[in-house]
Amino acid sequence: MEANRIYPDPALVREELIQKYPTKVAKKRSKSIIVNDPDTIPEVQANVRTVPGIITQRGCSYAGCKGVVLGPTRDIVNIVHGPIGCSFYAWLTRRNQTRPETPEDANYIPYCFSTDMQEENVVFGGEKKLKQAIQEAYDLFHPKSIAIFSTCPVGLIGDDVHAASREMKEKLGDCNVFGFSCEGYRGVSQSAGHHIANNGVFKHMVGRNNAAVEGKFKLNLLGEYNIGGDAFEIERIFEKCGITLVASFSGNSTVGQIENAHMADLNVILCHRSINYMGDMMETKYGIPWMKVNFVGAESSAKSLRKIAEYFGDAGLKARIEEVIAEEMPKVKAIIDEIRPRTEGKTAMLFVGGSRAHHYQDLFTELGMTTVAAGYEFAHRDDYEGRQVLPSIKIDADSKNIEELKVTPDPELYNPRKTEAELEALKEKGLEIIGYEGMMKQMKSKSLVVDDLSHYESEKLIEIYKPDIFCAGIKEKYVVQKMGVPLKQLHSYDYGGPYTGFEGAVNFYKDIDRMVNNPVWKLIKAPWEIAGNGSSAGLEASYVTQ
Amino acid sequence: MTTVNMTAKSATQNACKLCNPLGACLAFRGIERCVPFLHGSQGCATYIRRYLISHFKEPIDIASSNFNEETAVFGGSHNLKLGLKNVTQQYKPDVIGIATTCLSETIGDDVPMILREYETLMGSSAPLPIMIFASTPSYQGSHMEGFHAAVRSAVKTLAEAGPKKNLINLFSGMISPADIRYMKDIMTDFGVPFVLLPDYSQTLDGGPWAEYHRIPPGGTPTSAIASTGCASASIEFGSTLESHKSAAGYLEEKFGVTRHHLPLPIGIKASDRFFAVLEKLTEKPMPARYEDERRRLVDAYADGHKYVFGQKTILYGEEDLVISLAAFLREIGVVPVLCASGGKSGLMKKRLMELVPDLDELGIKVREGVDFVDIENETEELRPDFLMGNSKGFTMSKKSELPLIRIGFPVHDRFGGQRLHHLGYRGTQELFDRIVNTVIEQRQNASSIGYTYM
Repeated sequence: MEANRIYPDPALVREELIQKYPTKVAKKRSKSIIVNDPDTIPEVQANVRTVPGIITQRGCSYAGCKGVVLGPTRDIVNIVHGPIGCSFYAWLTRRNQTRPETPEDANYIPYCFSTDMQEENVVFGGEKKLKQAIQEAYDLFHPKSIAIFSTCPVGLIGDDVHAASREMKEKLGDCNVFGFSCEGYRGVSQSAGHHIANNGVFKHMVGRNNAAVEGKFKLNLLGEYNIGGDAFEIERIFEKCGITLVASFSGNSTVGQIENAHMADLNVILCHRSINYMGDMMETKYGIPWMKVNFVGAESSAKSLRKIAEYFGDAGLKARIEEVIAEEMPKVKAIIDEIRPRTEGKTAMLFVGGSRAHHYQDLFTELGMTTVAAGYEFAHRDDYEGRQVLPSIKIDADSKNIEELKVTPDPELYNPRKTEAELEALKEKGLEIIGYEGMMKQMKSKSLVVDDLSHYESEKLIEIYKPDIFCAGIKEKYVVQKMGVPLKQLHSYDYGGPYTGFEGAVNFYKDIDRMVNNPVWKLIKAPWEIAGNGSSAGLEASYVTQ
Repeated sequence: MTTVNMTAKSATQNACKLCNPLGACLAFRGIERCVPFLHGSQGCATYIRRYLISHFKEPIDIASSNFNEETAVFGGSHNLKLGLKNVTQQYKPDVIGIATTCLSETIGDDVPMILREYETLMGSSAPLPIMIFASTPSYQGSHMEGFHAAVRSAVKTLAEAGPKKNLINLFSGMISPADIRYMKDIMTDFGVPFVLLPDYSQTLDGGPWAEYHRIPPGGTPTSAIASTGCASASIEFGSTLESHKSAAGYLEEKFGVTRHHLPLPIGIKASDRFFAVLEKLTEKPMPARYEDERRRLVDAYADGHKYVFGQKTILYGEEDLVISLAAFLREIGVVPVLCASGGKSGLMKKRLMELVPDLDELGIKVREGVDFVDIENETEELRPDFLMGNSKGFTMSKKSELPLIRIGFPVHDRFGGQRLHHLGYRGTQELFDRIVNTVIEQRQNASSIGYTYM
C-alpha cells in the first residue's frame, strides 16, 4: 500500500520544467504548463503550432479527418488522393471495429484505397486519375458513398477534389460522392481534420433521409469510434435500457444511419474535441440539443445513463436504467474489491488525445489511483477549462483557415426538442446540455496540466513523479518502458478493450492490475535508480521558436 | 511514362508497398548518433514513426519541419532551418539525416541550397552536425528507393579517398536487426575489418536504458562511413538494386572500390555465394561454425523435404526479398506460383530468371507494381498451400483460409518481427523450420483423427 505517498510540490516541478528553457521558450511553454486549481481554473495555452524540430506526438489534418472521423463508418469507400504512404499508414491502424448485420453487408474498413499518385500526376494534375479511381471503386462495389481525402500535394497542384466529386456523383447517379480538403499542412494538428470532417459529414450526409425512426428514446452517439469494441459495449447497454441508437458518429456506423441521424431527439457527446461542431450544427439546424456524457468508467457510465433518463424525463426509462445499473454494478464491484488493494495509492499520468486524458481518469479513480499529471495532444482550451471560455479564445491564422459553416434552422425540419426553459431546468440538475466543464474541473488541486507535452518534459515528469503507469500512445510507449515504467496505450489499447461501460471497466481494471503489479518491472532499473546518473544527461531543453 | 496499367486499374487498393521517406528514415536510424528529419508536414513524421515503431517496438524519433499553410505556399526554408537548429540543440547529434516528402518536393524546395544557406548562417561558431540529404518524393518508387537513396547519400556525403585498406564494406539492405547482428558475426569470424551500413541492429532492437539517451546507442559511426572510400571491396545485397542508385555503385565509380553485387543470401546456394565472395576477398576459409551451420541445414533439408516438396506458395513484399525467397524455395521443392511486389524496378523477372532459370516451365508468375487485390485475385486462381510475406497479407490469408508465414516488413500483428532471421545458413534454417511446421500444423489440424507424433 502506498496510500501515504508524498507528491512533489507542483509549483516547483513546473519551475524545474521551465527553468532549463531559454527565456523566450520558457515564456511560451510556461503558458502550457499549469498547476491546476479546480475552483479558479487557470488558462492553458493550447491548439498552438508545434515548433519545427521539436518532436511532437501530433498528427496531421488528414489523420483527423480520414483516420479518426470518417474511418469507422463501414460502408463508405474512402479514397485517399495522393501518394501511397498516407493511405497505407491509416490502413486499419486505429483498430476501429465494426459489425455488419449480415456477412453480405458492405464493409470497406479492411480496404485501403489510394490514387497512388505518381510524378506525372503531380506535374500534369491528378483529377483524371482520381475520377478513374472513383469509377473503379463504384464498378467494384456499388457503394452508397465514396469519400475523397486530399493529401499534401493535392491542394498545391490545384486538383479540385470537390468538383471531381460533384461530377462523379452526377455521373454515377446512385452514389453520394464528396471530397475533403484535409491536406496535412492545414491547421496545427489532427484537430483541424476533425473540424473539416464534421463540416463534410454535416453538409453531405446528415439530413438526406427523413424517414421516421421507431423508438421512444432516440439518440445519436457522437465522438465514439469503436476502438477495441467500445461502441459494442455502449450499444449493449443502450439496448438493455430500451434506448434507441439512431446513429453513431462514427464507431460501428453506416451511411444510412448518419443520413437519418437528424430524426433523433438527443445527441450525446463522448469525445468533445473531435465532434462538438456536429453537435452545435445539428442543434442549430434541427433543434436537437446535445449533452456531454462519458462512458469510460463504471460509475461514469451509470451517471451518464441517469442523465439520459433525466433528459427524456420518463419515469419508465428512469426505473429501467436503475434496474440495469443494479444488475451490472455488482459484477464490477466484485472485481474492484479484488483488485483495488493492489492498485490503491498508485499514480498515473495521462497524455493522450483530446478527451481520453480526461475520461480515463475516472477508471483510475475507481481503482484508487491518483492522476498526478495529464494533458492533451491536440485539444483546445475549452477541453481543458470548459466551454465557458469559448468566447475568449483568440482565433489565430491557423484556425481561421478552417471553414466555419454558416448554419441556419431548416425551414421544414427545425423542431426544438426542448424549450429553452426545459433546457435551463435540466442544466440546473447538473446535465451538461450544450456544455462541457472540461478536464481541469475534475482534476485535483495541485495536479499538473501540460498541453502538447514535449519529449524533454515527459522524461522530466517521469523522473520527478516516478508514476506507476503512463498512458499515451505507441510513439511514447517504448521510450517510457525503457525507463522501467509501464505504458498503457490509450489510442489502440495494446490489442485490448473494450474499456467503456461496465464490462469495459472490468477489462481495464484487470489490464492495469497486470501492468502495475508486474514482476518484469523489477528487472529494469530506471535511470534515476542508478547512482551517478545526473539528470543533466537527459534531453536538452533548449530550443528556439524563431 | 504512361499511366496505363497492366492490371487495367488506375487506383491502388490495399497497397503492397510503403512510401519513399519511410525507407530513408529507417536507413538513417542505422547511422550512429543520427536523427532522421523529414522536410514536410508533421503528419509524415508521426505516421512513419508509429509505423516503424509498431514493427520494431523501440522508440523512434523523427523530426519534422512542420509545414503549415504559409510554408506550403511560400516555401519551407525558414521551417527547415529552425528545425535543424532545434534538433541540434536538443539532441546534439553527430548527423542529421534529412529526407524530403511529397509536399516539399511538389513545391520545389531546393534543400541542398537551403542547407548551404544554413551553414553560412550558422558560421563557424559551433561545429554543425553533418547533414546527409536524400531526395525521397513519395510519388516516386516505394520505401526501398528511399532506403537506398539514404544509404547512397550517406556514403556520398562522408566517404573519403585514401590509400586502400584491408576493409570490406557490407551494404546489407533492408534486413532485420537480428540479421544485421548475424552478418556482423560472420564478418567478425572471418577476422576482416568491415563497415556495415546501415547498422540499426542496436538502435532498433536494444535493451532498457541504464541512463538517459537523447539518441539510442548503436549505428554505423561516421568515421567508419568515411573509410568506405578506402575499402578493398564492397558487398551489396539486393538483386534489383542498380549500381547508379546504390552506395557500392557510387564507391566503385568514385573510388574504384569493387562492387560485389549479390542477392540477399537466403538458401544454401545464395549463402554459398556470399561465403565464397568472403573467402575470396579475405583469402580465408569459411569459419568452422558456419560449416557446421551449413551441414545442419543440409541435414534439415534432407529430413524435412518430404513435408514441403511440391507445396505451392505465393510470395509478396519487397522485390529483392521476394526474389531471394523464391530461389530458396526452389531449393526445397516449393513452387512460388506467384512472386509479387508493389515495387516496380522493371528488373524483377530478369533477376529471378538468373536464379530460377526454369521459371516459365514451372509456370511461376512474376508481377511487379501490384497491390493486394491483384494478389488476392491470383490466389483464387493459383490455389497455393500457404502465403509468405508481411502482416498486410493477413486479411487475404483469413479470407482464403491459407496460413501466412510472416517475413520481412512490416510484421505488426505478431511479436518479435525485428528478431526474425532470414539470412545465411542460420536464417535459412529458421525459415525452413517455420515453413515445414506450418505445413505440418495444417495437416495436423485438418486431420479428423488428430495425430501427435510424426
